[in-house]
Amino acid sequence: MSEFIIKNGHVFDPVQGIKGDKKDIAVKDGKIIDKVGSGAKVIDAKDKTVMAGALEVHAHVAGPKVNAGRWYRPEDKHFDSHKKPGITRIEGGKSIPTVFKTGYEYARLGFTFAMEAAMPPLYARHVHEEIHDTPIIDEAALPVFGNNWFILEYLKNHEVENTAAYIAWILRQTKGYGVKCVNPGGTEAWAWGLNCLTIHDPVPYFEITPAEIIKGLIEANEYLGLPHSMHLHQNDLGNPGNYKTTIDSLRLAEGIKATNNFGREQVLHSTHLQFHSYKGTNWGDFESGAKEVMDYVNKQKNLTIDTGNVTLDETTTMTADGPFEHHLHGLNHLKWFNVDVELETAAGIVPFIYDPNNAVFASQWAVGLEIALYAKDPMRCFITTDHPNAGPFTRYPRVYSWLMSKKCRDERLHSFKKADKVISATNLATLDREITLYELAQMTRAGPAKCLGLSKDYGGLAAGMNADIAIYNINPDKFPSDGPEIEKAFANVAYLFKDGKICVEGGKVVDMGHKQTFWVDAKVNENKQVMHDIREKFLRYYSVNENNYPVPESYAPHQHIIGVDATKA
Amino acid sequence: MPKEVTDVICPFCGTLCDDLIVTVSDDNKTILGVKNACAIGAEKFNHQRQPGRVKRPRMRQADGSYKEITYDEAIDWTANMLVKSRKTLMYGWASTSCQAMSIGHEIAEKVGGIVDNCATVCHGSSLIAIEDVGVPSCTLGEIKNRADRVVFWGCNPAHAHPRHMSRYSIFPRGFFTVKGHKGRKIYCVDCRYTDTAKCADEFIQVQQGFDYELLNAFRTAARGEALPDTVGGVPKEKIYEIVEDLKTARFGIIFFGMGLTHTMGRNHNIDIAINLTRDMNDHTKFAIMAMRGHWNVTGSGQVLGWQYGFPYAVDLSRRDQARHQTGETTSVDLLNRSEVEACFYIATDPGAHFPVDAMISSSRKPTVTIDPHINCTTEISDIHIPVALVGVEVGGCAYRMDNVPIETRKVVDPPEGVLTDEELLTRINHRVDELMAKGGQ
Repeated sequence: MSEFIIKNGHVFDPVQGIKGDKKDIAVKDGKIIDKVGSGAKVIDAKDKTVMAGALEVHAHVAGPKVNAGRWYRPEDKHFDSHKKPGITRIEGGKSIPTVFKTGYEYARLGFTFAMEAAMPPLYARHVHEEIHDTPIIDEAALPVFGNNWFILEYLKNHEVENTAAYIAWILRQTKGYGVKCVNPGGTEAWAWGLNCLTIHDPVPYFEITPAEIIKGLIEANEYLGLPHSMHLHQNDLGNPGNYKTTIDSLRLAEGIKATNNFGREQVLHSTHLQFHSYKGTNWGDFESGAKEVMDYVNKQKNLTIDTGNVTLDETTTMTADGPFEHHLHGLNHLKWFNVDVELETAAGIVPFIYDPNNAVFASQWAVGLEIALYAKDPMRCFITTDHPNAGPFTRYPRVYSWLMSKKCRDERLHSFKKADKVISATNLATLDREITLYELAQMTRAGPAKCLGLSKDYGGLAAGMNADIAIYNINPDKFPSDGPEIEKAFANVAYLFKDGKICVEGGKVVDMGHKQTFWVDAKVNENKQVMHDIREKFLRYYSVNENNYPVPESYAPHQHIIGVDATKA
Repeated sequence: MPKEVTDVICPFCGTLCDDLIVTVSDDNKTILGVKNACAIGAEKFNHQRQPGRVKRPRMRQADGSYKEITYDEAIDWTANMLVKSRKTLMYGWASTSCQAMSIGHEIAEKVGGIVDNCATVCHGSSLIAIEDVGVPSCTLGEIKNRADRVVFWGCNPAHAHPRHMSRYSIFPRGFFTVKGHKGRKIYCVDCRYTDTAKCADEFIQVQQGFDYELLNAFRTAARGEALPDTVGGVPKEKIYEIVEDLKTARFGIIFFGMGLTHTMGRNHNIDIAINLTRDMNDHTKFAIMAMRGHWNVTGSGQVLGWQYGFPYAVDLSRRDQARHQTGETTSVDLLNRSEVEACFYIATDPGAHFPVDAMISSSRKPTVTIDPHINCTTEISDIHIPVALVGVEVGGCAYRMDNVPIETRKVVDPPEGVLTDEELLTRINHRVDELMAKGGQ
């Protein structure tokens, strides 16, 4: 493999504490090394910003609901859907891009890893078929557990060991990465048209509460010592007044310590927090609860969060929170898609237009930015758009511009039709903080890598780490003050290295790289009870046979298996 | 010693049963018996050893007879046809694996093909309706475990999906449905008294062509509004009675088929059936599902979905953009307007299902058909390339009617020297590359 030396760039690397100093980065055999020979190809990064490849901690980019969103929204292909220069295939879709476009766009933005945030185990093969077809970026997927019958039955009796054994089994069957929990209990209730809106609402029939599910899953996750923590989408998403349920949910992690060999410190990752930080009692007196929620998050060192920034676009909402999508459809009356998945979960989809002229949507935009700006530790707060729920990931450059320039976000804030209402319902106008390039590298590189348990190889530029490198046309000494300029610089990397190969050059895709699928193989002691329960449920309740459930090896030809040994837990 | 292969997936219909047991001869060459399958499914496996199976490509001669040619010759001819044609209809895909489709799409993108699957003459109208209004649905196991009201509307699973009723919809006992059939109320709405109607607790005979009106009346009744004395031949008292009963369901489901998609109203029938389902969700939990026909037609829609964003009729002839417009990029319309320059058929038999005029148009064009068997389409093709039976002689991913993906299994070896779809398409793809590199186009 060829050698490279990236010269004279302004390097931002939280792993080594480098804050924009000029430093050369040497690359050989897919890794960053201390020195290369004189034959190495020189990449001139003068007046440019050099960071590690970014990591997406939470996005819906592959799987049954993403694809339903694609094909049931032909109108989404009216925007920006054509082949671009380079060795690319046809690209299609704006809010739910096709797999090809997903891979290319992430790469053009400087990303090298993406986590698919919700994989229904029964549909795992579909998720992996799409991951397989997504070029360049490495990916992994989180199976959903919060409404799974096995989990509900084990945790009703607080059987953490059995829960862990079942999780380990599912990770192996589905080639999954960790534990996702969406609207715990609420989605099972949705199978009867009901919901759980607080963490103490009982789940119909199963006689368990969301609080017990959340706590039990955190404990099982730590019992196994998985690289990532429990990844939670709380109950009561998107409703005024929900910040209390959010803080109640986060409190469940108090006193629990992270147990793992991956350098991860949190025990709970709370996702798209923007949707969970609302005060008020209805959409009329709706207010931001970002301060209250972030005050709590800032104090609790064992939590990480991501923002879920609203980008004010037409987009497609999709979540395993089935009852929420039904509720949303009741609000905007656009086409509603729902799938209930036997024994496991559900999903809903509704197109959504975040109209900036609407005070509520504009306030949601402000809440998302507040979350990031209130974060005291950028290593625990990551920028997402909960793609495509709050907006497409392709809008990250715009989100960065709002976070990095007060001028830029104030211009947007004051140009809202109902600016006065937005300003009084939120605190954004009072916030002066501007996220620095170093903080951005923490929030999009080192932070998410550590949170996902990947900090050994990802998120930094130290010798020995993966040569995943993004070089932007940004001179930190002359950082643009203008929003569109910031946006343009982040939207198209000058270079993207993936595993030491140049995959994007001047915004143009030039190589498909060597994409890998990550999954976690957790070894547990033989558990006869759990194996018996699995047999029984497949014989009696599933509509597929147990032997047809696992995802075959061929679906992840370049798999990267992270082994975990929980036999001595 | 013959051996048994268990958990075999049936490559016949969208029910995609995965509990077949197939007995195979010691040398892995012959299927000796099939257990658990319906009559049609068993036949699919038995076909494998039928005498007279075509094992090498055939090319039609001037006198109408067929001459055996080599795979290399067939591949070269096909690749040349694809490269020369400015617009090729690449139709079928419903009886092959998703992996094979993926390679086909790559070829189509290079040569400017139009990729369409049999939804175009089947559940295409359902897909149009879903593009308009969405769809609340569920997996088949949800029905088994929860449904206590089941409506079959314009579909006849007793004949078309023979094990559907026993595996998922009428008879099985599930977690919350311990009484099985006794705990469910089954309705069948059809213009004829079908064998499915015989299994129903109540048969509602709708006047032919009045499905939309009757569905509309159901919605009206659900809102407590007034109805005329009869709608579509059904007395209003009956309509009110049924709607009240559906509202008291714990979990209800509507299954629909060609009786809705291909009668007067077409996509509008599905549209209003979905809207009825949506309305019922204001009272209880309700879902609706299309009874997809070919075992992997759903898979074709999925792969096209993630690669191009449309479920069928995907026009790649511009090469830099995918387009999808019913009536414009759909196979029958393209053929009727004689808008394509060549036809490439794979894993489906348009000759048996397309309107005659469309096939007359097709027969005048260079045509290649890839199919394990002789069928109506192979007989009007210039070249017939036989392949291994997917789901019998080679595995691959398939999607059930509820979009659940299942990896089909190989149970026996294909006849010696016969290529699989994936192998064949890969070789055509390479040949296309070579020809295009030489400046074919």
